[in-house]
Amino acid sequence: MAASSARRYHVWVGTETGILKGVDLQRKHASNFTATGQPRREAAVSVLCWGAGGETQILVGCTDRMVRCFNTEEGAFEGQRRCPGGEGAFRGLAQAEGMLITCVDSGVLSVWRSDDKEAPSDPLLELKVGPGVCRMRQDPARPHVVATGGKENALKVWDLQRPEEPLFRAKNVRNDWLDLRVPVWDQDIYFIPGSQKLITCTGYHQVRVYDPTSPQRRPVLETTYGEYPLTAMALTPGGNSVIVGNTRGQLAEIDFRQGRLLGCLRGLAGGVRALQCHPSRPLLASCGLDRVLRIHRIRRPRGLEHKDELEEPQEPSEEPPEDSEVDELWASLEAAAKRQLPQANRTLRAPGTRKRRKCPRATVP
Amino acid sequence: MAKAGEKSGGSGKKGLKRKAAVADPQEAAVAGDGATEGGVQPPKATAFPPGFSISEIKNKQRRHLMFTRWKQQQRKEKLIAKKKLKKEREALGDKAPPKPVPKTIDNQRVYDETTVDPNDEEVAYDESTDEFAPYFNRETSPKILITTSDRPHGRTVKLCQQLSTVIPNSHVYYRRGLALKKIIPQCISRDFTDLIVVNEDRKTPNGLILSHLPNGPTAHFKMSSVRLRKEIKRRGKDPTEHVPEIILNNFTTRLGHSIGRMFASLFPHNPQFIGRQVATFHNQRDYIFFRFHRYIFKSEKKVGIQELGPRFTLKLRSLQKGTFDSKYGEYEWVHKPREMDTSRRKFHL
Repeated sequence: MAASSARRYHVWVGTETGILKGVDLQRKHASNFTATGQPRREAAVSVLCWGAGGETQILVGCTDRMVRCFNTEEGAFEGQRRCPGGEGAFRGLAQAEGMLITCVDSGVLSVWRSDDKEAPSDPLLELKVGPGVCRMRQDPARPHVVATGGKENALKVWDLQRPEEPLFRAKNVRNDWLDLRVPVWDQDIYFIPGSQKLITCTGYHQVRVYDPTSPQRRPVLETTYGEYPLTAMALTPGGNSVIVGNTRGQLAEIDFRQGRLLGCLRGLAGGVRALQCHPSRPLLASCGLDRVLRIHRIRRPRGLEHKDELEEPQEPSEEPPEDSEVDELWASLEAAAKRQLPQANRTLRAPGTRKRRKCPRATVP
Repeated sequence: MAKAGEKSGGSGKKGLKRKAAVADPQEAAVAGDGATEGGVQPPKATAFPPGFSISEIKNKQRRHLMFTRWKQQQRKEKLIAKKKLKKEREALGDKAPPKPVPKTIDNQRVYDETTVDPNDEEVAYDESTDEFAPYFNRETSPKILITTSDRPHGRTVKLCQQLSTVIPNSHVYYRRGLALKKIIPQCISRDFTDLIVVNEDRKTPNGLILSHLPNGPTAHFKMSSVRLRKEIKRRGKDPTEHVPEIILNNFTTRLGHSIGRMFASLFPHNPQFIGRQVATFHNQRDYIFFRFHRYIFKSEKKVGIQELGPRFTLKLRSLQKGTFDSKYGEYEWVHKPREMDTSRRKFHL
């Protein structure tokens, strides 16, 4: 593929067949990138994260335990490394100060030196966080702090510089009204920016906020949404709410200061696998098992911005959209699509909406 | 009085036209000034106020009369127009413009972006490595378990028996109140490839769960219009043991492909053409019609068919990844009526 610095991809999506897709929302076009040129189901993408050096590198964690490095400017895979140790797929991938942090399903969290690419060396640090890990997330403010959680694996916050004991180990909530133990299944974790708090969504349709600075190890706030496991979460740019998605394709915005449901987003037909909000604009990208990437407008008015068929079951991952030119994105909604994509349909549906404005151009914050 | 004359005239239908024509000047006198009503009456007769419609006449019988007269006029005009068009076409002969195709919901269908392009390699790769790949690569041959919801009534039991004659290598088991999640591991250990559960409500079958076994997707359908063998008119004799052929019609989108492959994987690979039996899954407007026929070629171009076996209609409610787990399973597609059924011309299969 030619040098794609002219082509700016707004969203990167990883798929179950091992293809990394870059989606250009202005031209409404998706390009496929594979490491070997052929899609391979063994190399299904399980996690994506940005690499070192701004947003020029993407680290792709695949089910064959390889972490591949993709250069967005060249549009090609650069190198790969094997990360053995433990079993299962990658559940978390992070980059910190020249080190690569990986966590697998069986609970082995490893820190690797990221310079020696090919030779599988021993990890710098290997930590056992408990079996059944569903997510490992790095704190964006403190790169050496990670949080892990999973099925019957309580939330733990680790400091990699002092790996013997976790910084914070969450305690399960009290027994329910039948005096039965409430099961634990943390599916996704986020660090709330501006504080040390964490927010998790569980497979038992709960959203919980933990505060490591308080003496209370139990969740500070707990709300439930729906009846189906929540599989993905994203923090909104405003900083007060999260958007969660469940296995049925229902997306909801929940305020975590009050524990209130702010509204729902519609459009998805299948289970949500990954959600990402734009860092500054109220846009949310969602992808899932129905093989469609959708961009939603979170507020004023809440609705579907753009829809792109990608024809692969999308696995986790999208990367946050890059900062694209503001006016061109808005103006591109009427542009002729390469693949006959539909016009953005403004489905307005939100309980508790704010005052809606008809003209979309006025909503740039 | 004019009105009395009208009433007596309203008796026979044949007398209506003439009487109505006669009654017009009287009506004109009654109604007063104004323009004609739709230009239907002869110009000398009427003087209705402008914007007058038949529905404003308060008298029901007279209103009915006027309406009937108007309808007859419309029919006459339509017939005249048709004849004229036909004459014009004949006059033009070969140069006549082609006949306009009538609009139906099927040909006004909103183009679905997920329609699979036969040359698409991504989809081809996806399909060649999905859960049905072992079947399509001829590594496994199907073995089906058919069961019902708990305590089935007669219709459902008969439907299951008839289904087991239609689908080769299938076994019917009584569901003794067992949980599906417990049945599934046992099926897997006994090498079953598919599980069919016919759900029953108020003594009629109304749902179907089709689960592909080792770890394959589970489809949940709504079943309607079930006709057992004895309810089918002019049917043939019972189906034989030959493996039938399959016809899958109109599964165009990606979701349609998955469902079509799911149906195809119920039947063994090599159909026995001696049996001349064919099972059809025809998708139209998101409803899947199942029929089972026996055919015979009377000549090269003429075929006779006899409908055998049961017939039913299915509508997909959800497709779940993995074996049956409605609570914690991930759904690949869920039918959401308020979001997906907003357009009458958009279909998903």
